[in-house]
Amino acid sequence: MRSEPVVQVQALVKRYGDKTAVNGLDLRARAGVTAVLGPNGAGKTTTVETCEGYRRPDSGTVRVLGLDPVRQSRELRPRIGVMLQSGGVYSGARADEMLRHVARLHAHPLDVDALIERLGLGSCGRTTYRRLSGGQQQRLALAMAVVGRPELVFLDEPTAGLDPQARRATWDLVRDLRADGVSVILTTHYMDEAEQLADDVAIIDAGRVIAQGSPEELCRGGAENTLRFTGRPGLDIGSLLKALPADCAAAELTPGSYRVVGKVDPQLLATVTSWCAQHGVMPDRISVERHTLEDVFLELTGKELRS
Amino acid sequence: MTSAGTYVPKPGAAPLPRMIAAQAALETKMLLRNGEQLLLTVIIPTLLLALFSTVDIVDTGEGKAVDFLAPGILALAVMSTAFTGQAIATGFERRYGVLKRLASSPLPRWGLMTAKTASVLVVEVLQVILVTVIALALGWSPQGNPFTVLLLLVLGTAAFSGLGLLMAGTLKAEATLAAANLVFLLLLVGGGVIVPLDKFPDAAQSVLGLLPISALSDGLRDVLQHGGGMPWGDLGILAGWSVVGLAAAGRFFRWE
Repeated sequence: MRSEPVVQVQALVKRYGDKTAVNGLDLRARAGVTAVLGPNGAGKTTTVETCEGYRRPDSGTVRVLGLDPVRQSRELRPRIGVMLQSGGVYSGARADEMLRHVARLHAHPLDVDALIERLGLGSCGRTTYRRLSGGQQQRLALAMAVVGRPELVFLDEPTAGLDPQARRATWDLVRDLRADGVSVILTTHYMDEAEQLADDVAIIDAGRVIAQGSPEELCRGGAENTLRFTGRPGLDIGSLLKALPADCAAAELTPGSYRVVGKVDPQLLATVTSWCAQHGVMPDRISVERHTLEDVFLELTGKELRS
Repeated sequence: MTSAGTYVPKPGAAPLPRMIAAQAALETKMLLRNGEQLLLTVIIPTLLLALFSTVDIVDTGEGKAVDFLAPGILALAVMSTAFTGQAIATGFERRYGVLKRLASSPLPRWGLMTAKTASVLVVEVLQVILVTVIALALGWSPQGNPFTVLLLLVLGTAAFSGLGLLMAGTLKAEATLAAANLVFLLLLVGGGVIVPLDKFPDAAQSVLGLLPISALSDGLRDVLQHGGGMPWGDLGILAGWSVVGLAAAGRFFRWE
């Protein structure tokens, strides 16, 4: 796989009137799937739309596949596929008609019938866009983003409001795109989506990237994890603490139920089980609770609701 | 199911002429499929032509009523497609993100505008054929040079397209819908389409005469009814509106 970034954003600033939507944002996306996470109004869509060439940065630089999306738009446009958050289709057009049309704008499009079948759009028949269900409209927009066989696809909240089956279908398509060497930048509210699909996650808040890395790195980094086990009541916690690394905490929560908090890695697990062996304790129901992306996200962006 | 390798990137824009032709074909299809558009561009002009030619409601001056009406209805047909229809359709395309989505496709913006113009011209050709056939059936005897007529129709299309796109690119879609229909109605009545301008007070006449619809219907009538030569005055007015309208649309049009 190529190592140069497919998207490189440096010190991007974008204002609308006196509101700053993006405030010095840096983002580097490598080949593969990159998920852009963030609360509403964090600047996700503005960032993505700047990469697509819709918005001119107030300052900072944006390069997509090495090109300036505004100045070199003509070279860039055939190489990217765009799925807008909503709309983008003539209200009087049928799904297959619109998809065929977008295919005709490209030199080597995908087989339209196969794509229609794959995304379950065959049942739309002669129904025009305005009468399609929300899920059908979303899947059509997704199909329009990939039909031109792009190198890089931008998906803005591709599964918002979809039922579970349609979400799976979208995820499967993203996985197939990735397997065939298409890079994907997707914005989402769903942590499980990012965890399932992304090689790399960027968390945006208040117009800046506040964390970036693989889902595993983000879940490991900083956040503390928990190890629990049960044994006979009244074990010597002080002795356990001595065996553990200095930054760990341990406690007997209820009689016979123990909790160790700290950086839970294979070494820590081995330390706890060998301590148990030395003290003739069978650690029943030993379990490790790892932080999910959602925990990390809430930790970083705050738990309070914002408008 | 899809086999591995289906999505391997192979990007590329289609050749420009093919993109523009595809876009023009789709735009034409959308115009002809839309019921409200057909009401404006086909039903209203032909009904007015048939009604006012056969029933003596408006005093159209000397000669057969159809000889007065047919040029006015041709002007109305041009206005209904290039101005009203195009403004409403484009306004809603902007509102529903169609223009935005196409802006990130390989089709350049000027290619999209070229395709829009082509689809307007296709619909106009169909309208002109329909109006001509009906008018001839009603006893119309057109005069004058067809090339002068063509020049008037083309300049009229340019003038109305500029104004329609200006409206579609600056107002909200709902406002465009309302305003374009209102303007259509006002110009239908006050633009010499079916009511001769000399029925209006003198002061009003001099202002109304400067409207693009009056210039177009007056110019067409000069040629088709009276067998006149180049109607320079009317052509000048239409050229003026074309320059102002297209320049303003180019300057102020917002794509989202």
